[in-house]
Amino acid sequence: MDNLIWIFISALLVNNFTLTYFLGLCPFLGVTSRLETAFRLGLANIFVMVITAICSYALNEWVLPFAPFLRLISFIIVIASSVQFVEMALKKLSPDLFRALGIYLPLITTNCAILGLALFSTNKGYGFTEGVVYALGAGGGVTLALVLLAAVREETRLLDIPDIVKGTALNLIIAGIISMAFMGFAGLFTTV
Amino acid sequence: MIRKLHLATSPHLKDEEQTAHIMRELIYTLLPVLAIAVYYFGFAALWVVMSSVLGALLPEWIWKREGLKDGSAILTGLLLGLTLPPGIALWIAFLGGFVSIVVGKLVWGGLGQNVFNPALVGRAFLQSAFPIAITTWNNPGGWTSLYYPSNLAMPFMQSAHADGLTGATPLSIMKFEGQSSDIMHLFLGSTRGSIGETCGIVLVLIGAYLLYKKLINWRIPLSILLTVLVGSSLFYWMGTGFANPLFTLFSGGLMLGTVFMATDPVTSPLAPRGIWIYGIGIGVLVLLIRYFGGLPEGVMYAILLMNAFTPMINRFVKIRTYGHKK
Repeated sequence: MDNLIWIFISALLVNNFTLTYFLGLCPFLGVTSRLETAFRLGLANIFVMVITAICSYALNEWVLPFAPFLRLISFIIVIASSVQFVEMALKKLSPDLFRALGIYLPLITTNCAILGLALFSTNKGYGFTEGVVYALGAGGGVTLALVLLAAVREETRLLDIPDIVKGTALNLIIAGIISMAFMGFAGLFTTV
Repeated sequence: MIRKLHLATSPHLKDEEQTAHIMRELIYTLLPVLAIAVYYFGFAALWVVMSSVLGALLPEWIWKREGLKDGSAILTGLLLGLTLPPGIALWIAFLGGFVSIVVGKLVWGGLGQNVFNPALVGRAFLQSAFPIAITTWNNPGGWTSLYYPSNLAMPFMQSAHADGLTGATPLSIMKFEGQSSDIMHLFLGSTRGSIGETCGIVLVLIGAYLLYKKLINWRIPLSILLTVLVGSSLFYWMGTGFANPLFTLFSGGLMLGTVFMATDPVTSPLAPRGIWIYGIGIGVLVLLIRYFGGLPEGVMYAILLMNAFTPMINRFVKIRTYGHKK
């Protein structure tokens, strides 16, 4: 139980996928102009990550021992199909959300954060429960990062930003400062 | 006739206080902190603070020039300088002041628009760029010492003098050896630490003065200190190996950060309830990082993290306007 909590917190804060590993930066910069969409993308991210964790566990357990060289490609196919699944489910269940996420759901297919999750969790030898908890933590961490950046970016719209840094430059600066602030979590719960 | 009437929207009762006035007041209140630092660490403290102030003034002079008039750049430089160790190389302090103003303030459009506290942005930058230099704590040398040899280190060169007179701060001793320090030393400031953070009693007095003058919002220090006090008492009372509450309150940069950094009106939430969330958040994060993190001190990160949360707090916790129900 302690171990699971540690895995969760580690993925959420200490080894935050976006702010510490710098994975999944395309949605981090692309979809954070509004808090609402950022949060929805975060939720979609959590969902896809959990599915990825389940699938990668299954693959790792039953398929990959026989064909280790298929690891990368089978992960990518699993991720792609799971994103397709999310897309179809969303289209049916929540057309509004589907419209709001638009282009970005397919973008998750090729998102390094999600492939990273599959690779990290198999490299670390996580079992089923651990893998799912890891995915929840990682997804939560990505959502946290997205939402934080989106809230700050919404505020910057009201500001008198100099032309030289307007746009992506300022977004990267904000992301950098948030990332520096997250360095404070380094080593959390390891020295107790 | 109509020209003689004063036509304006509210507020009608205005104070004479302007931004420059407040900045000047804050700078004056920081001078006793600096004086105490010179008493303990010698003139090194003065040189370090002056370097970071100069570093803060340079970009203002190049680009905006507003911060030169209202004194906000001097204040940022002073605050940054006070969070640095006395033995740090002067060029690093200068660079920190420069980064504080450029990344912390100018790219946001200048005074009053930044989301993060500029001095802490500079400090976080230095902490990631020079992790060794910024955690090397010289022994207090007394007011007669002119400088520490490490102050004069140049960029990209190994310091010629090996400094033997360094050691751990009370917080690191607590963290890595589990030993508490004498509380009296923490009150009076005769310990190792950053230039402006060691003397608890002076910081408390200055905080009280700022509260009396209503220059800082009372909710911020109260919520932070109360959270830390209650949290550390609980840990002290329940588990073994945790620092006692007084030690936690007066060690490290908690007092300096609470009085001068967290209370920055620009980077803290607007609504009273939001301010409580902000203060409690800082307190919890300080305890989390200090007690369970890998670093001995986390006040800077706690404040920066809550600064990052401030736009979100402002969005969800709004000031209730007069006449509207909850």
